[in-house]
Formats: sequence, C-alpha cells, structure tokens
Amino acid sequence: MLGVLTKRLLQSALILLGVAAITFVLLYALPADPARMIAGRSATAQTVANIRHELGLDQPLLTQFLHYLRGLLQGDLGRSYAQKTQVVTLIIARLPATLVLMAAGIFVEVAIGLTLGITAALNRGGLTDRLVMASAFVGVSAPQFVVALLLLYLFAATLGWFPMSGYGSFAHVVLPAMTLGILGAGWYARMARSAMIDVLNQDYIRTARAKGLSARRIVLRHALPNAILPIIAMIGIDIGQFMGGVVVVEAVYGWPGIGQLAWQAIQQVDIPIIMGVTLTSALAIIIGNLVADIIAPMIDPRIRSH
Amino acid sequence: MRALKELARQPSALFGLAIILGVLILALAAPLIAPFDPDNQMFDGLTLEGAPMPPGGQFLLGTDTLGRDLFSRLLYGARTSLIIGLVANGVAVTIGLFVGITAGYMRGWVGTLLMRCTDLMMAFPALLLAIVLAAILKPSLWIVAMVIALVNWVQVARIVYTETRGLVERDFIMAERALGAGHGRIVFRHILPHLIPTAIVWGTLGIATTVLLEATLSFLGVGVQPPQPSWGNIIFESQSYFQAAPWLVFFPGALILVTALAFNLVGDALRDILDPTQRGRG
Repeated sequence: MLGVLTKRLLQSALILLGVAAITFVLLYALPADPARMIAGRSATAQTVANIRHELGLDQPLLTQFLHYLRGLLQGDLGRSYAQKTQVVTLIIARLPATLVLMAAGIFVEVAIGLTLGITAALNRGGLTDRLVMASAFVGVSAPQFVVALLLLYLFAATLGWFPMSGYGSFAHVVLPAMTLGILGAGWYARMARSAMIDVLNQDYIRTARAKGLSARRIVLRHALPNAILPIIAMIGIDIGQFMGGVVVVEAVYGWPGIGQLAWQAIQQVDIPIIMGVTLTSALAIIIGNLVADIIAPMIDPRIRSH
Repeated sequence: MRALKELARQPSALFGLAIILGVLILALAAPLIAPFDPDNQMFDGLTLEGAPMPPGGQFLLGTDTLGRDLFSRLLYGARTSLIIGLVANGVAVTIGLFVGITAGYMRGWVGTLLMRCTDLMMAFPALLLAIVLAAILKPSLWIVAMVIALVNWVQVARIVYTETRGLVERDFIMAERALGAGHGRIVFRHILPHLIPTAIVWGTLGIATTVLLEATLSFLGVGVQPPQPSWGNIIFESQSYFQAAPWLVFFPGALILVTALAFNLVGDALRDILDPTQRGRG
C-alpha cells in the first residue's frame, strides 16, 4: 500500500511538472506580449523593452522556466504583473470563496443526484425512472451560463428571493450552488442508478428481501453502501474538475474566487496569475483522483488486494 | 444498417435524430428562411426608447440590443455551432484515434510516452486551458474549433488505447501476424474497422460537449467574435441587458440545450447498440 502510494505521489509530481512546462511554453510562446499590456498603448519601444527586461522576459525561455521552477519549489509562484502582489497571496486570499462554492455545489449535486438515481433504480422501467433519466439527460446537456442567467432572472431579478451577485451570506451561495448542483446532478443520478441496479440484482439483496427486511432498510443499509464506490470516485474527480470549471459561474455571479481571479488575469494577460491558477487547478485534479483512489480500498476491501 | 434499425426503435434516439435533422436544415437553409439580414442593424428594430423589440409582431423572436432580428441571427448561429461541432470534434476524434491506436499497438517507449501525455492532459483544467488559449490566440471560428479539439481528444485516445490493447491480444491479429502481415495492413485492415463503433459513438457524444464548450467560450467573449453570430455570443452581447430582454438569453440558450441534448441522446443510444457489453443494462 505504502509503496503504491509513494509511486502515485511521484507520478503526480511528474504530471504537475509536465503541466507547468506545457502551460509555461504555451503562455510565453504565444503571441501575447505582457510587457506591451503593462506599458499601455502609447508607450515607446524603449519603455516596453525596459519592462520586458525587468520581468526577465528577454531571457531565453529555458532560463525563464528554470527560474520559475526554482521559485515553485519554494512555494513562490511569482509576482502578478498588474497587481504587483505575490500570486500565492492572491490565490490563498481567493481560495476560501471557491472552496465554499465547491462544497455547496457538490452537496447539492450529490443530494439531488443520489435521491433521483436511487428512486429511478427502485422503479426501474417505470414512469418515474423514465422521467428521472430524461431530466438527467437534460441536466448534463444544459449550458452552465444559461442556467446561471435563468436562475438569476427568475429568483433574483423577478422574485427577489436572492441577491443578484456577491459573496458573504448564505443567500449569496444559494443560486451559484444550485447552478452547479442542477447541472452536476444528472451525472450522479445516472451513476447512482446503474450502481444501484447492479447491487439490487445480487443474491444477498434477495436474501435480505426473503428475510422480510423493510425496503427502506434494504436500500439504506444493504444496497447503498455497496453502490457508493463509483459515486465517491466521482466526487474525487468532481473536486478536481471543479477548480478549472468554476470560471463561468464565478463570472456570472460575481463570486470572488480563483475562477474570477483567473478570468481577470486572462483579460490582462497577467501570466503569473494564469500560471498559478492553472497549477492550482491541476493540483486539485491530481489530489481529487488520488483521494478517490485512496478512499476506494478503504470502503471496498475487494480492491485492497490489487 | 442494423444499428440504424435499432436506433429507429428507440423513441428517445428518434427524438434526438429529429432535432439534429431540424437544426441541420435550419442551418443549411438559413439564407432561404431568414426574414432579415442577420447583421443588419435595423432602424425599426428598436423601440422609441432604443430598447430591443420583444418577440411577436414583425420580428418573430424579437430583436437584439442593436436592432438586429434575433430569429435570423439564431439561424446563422446554428451554422456556426454545427461547423465548430463537426470540425472540432472530427479533429478531436482523429487525434484520439491516432494517439490511441499508436500507443496501444506500439507498446514500448512510444506507447508509454503517448499515454503519459494523455495522463498529463487529463490533469489539465480543460475549460481554463481553452479559455486561456482562445483569449491569447485572437479568436476566430477556426481557432476556436482547434482549441476545442486540442482539449477534447484525450478521452477518445484513452478509450481507443484500451480497446486497441485488447484487440492486439486477440487470436486473429496473432494469426495475421504469423502469416506475415505488415503493421500497416494489421492496423488499417483489422484494428481500425473494430474501432469504428467507438469512433461513431464518441463522434456523436463529443459534438454535444463541443457545442456546449463553443457556446461557453463565445459567452465569455473569447469564442466566435461578433458580428458573426453564434448562440453563445448572442447571449454574451446581451448579457447586461437580460433582465429587460430575457428572450435574448432564453431562445439561444434553449437552442444550445436542445442541440446538445439531441447529440447526447443519439450518442447514448448508439453506445448501447454498438457496444454489446452495455446491452441489456439500464
């Protein structure tokens, strides 16, 4: 177990290094000139050259990358071009807001998804099942920003139940979390349904039925614990995907998280911030997958031997 | 052929096919159907106060903030969505097939290297990467398509890799090799044909993902650039106005949803039909 874990951690570090290298090359090799952005439109060629020299952008790409890596190993992601602040500080300041949104969003999607998926599995082939599956399909096909705007229109602008945008109270988190939850629930519903159907077809469930246990007890105590594994793996993957996909929701709801930070940085070609957020997201994806892999054998002893 | 027949037996797949056909016709016949020039900022397209016209009357679905006919713009937007959907996803599936087959067939260091590359891509925040690339590359229709292809091939590559690995082990490939067949013959005559169902399934499901991604990029203003209409950038342009003119979000939003839904429905049905291991489940 420990050996496997060490190997996985080493692999993860390599993947992170690869992500850093690719992002670095993409950002610095593409035709966006941060020096010109900082200098402004009316700057002379000399000013631009000075800024470029100051930022070290006139160095060869490899030198710049090694410099960046040296900083990275010490937890230094460089300094933002536009805000003149350490990128690490900016990301740490924005992270709590994104984590709150993530927790709320995943809670909503798991709650809706599991309920719908289990209900569908228990009524397999029936009308409820078909309705649930149809809505799950609609959920996974819906564009996030449209759902966000429609919820805003309905519950904030028209009914006035929730604030239009911002951060700070429970009311603020409801609509963004609902947006994420409604969209993500479709995946969980489909997964929960097929996992439950697999389990419900097994002999021990028939035994439990024959023993005369209540349907409620069979589902919650006997079936669900065995169907939960793919769902937990999915939450792990979700946590990772979340960080990179949060840009849209944060942009629509004015949510001050790392998605918004990234979005502002993209518009200003603030490369250190873009690098920092990309690496943070990649780290989240890697950790999410690792967590899913580590938790799985704890819950299901069958996997342990592998 | 059998696949088509089975497809026709599933109501949800038929529903999806009908929608796809409908959108296709609207896109192809846009110049014939559109009542107005989609780029014409009409004088009578705005109210006296300068607000967009609501649906009904002269303008079927109303007008946008610049007085352009929304219905006409949506028709031409269907072209944008479908072109990007087909091109971007076609490129993604092609790259995925190439990488997956090469990695699965070659093994050795080439295979390892390629699969480590897909591991790397899996750890990339895809949406963020697409936004960054599109923003920096000065977006145009083709750039957007290429950016989407660049982030979407990974999943196909992994599935194709697994399937190729399985195929290479099979007896008929061994027999072919024993008979002295070259690599080219084995790959093109024996492996590729077995992967066509996978390519069809992902070629369909992937269009749904692509349509959504294009709309999202365009909504953020880093996708297809106005005045060229796309369902995403119609919403982008009217975003600040959506409380007063919700139809500018509702109609394009509904089209994005319905189109993605249709491709998902058909793709899912195709997967059930073409992948026998999935049959009888669900």
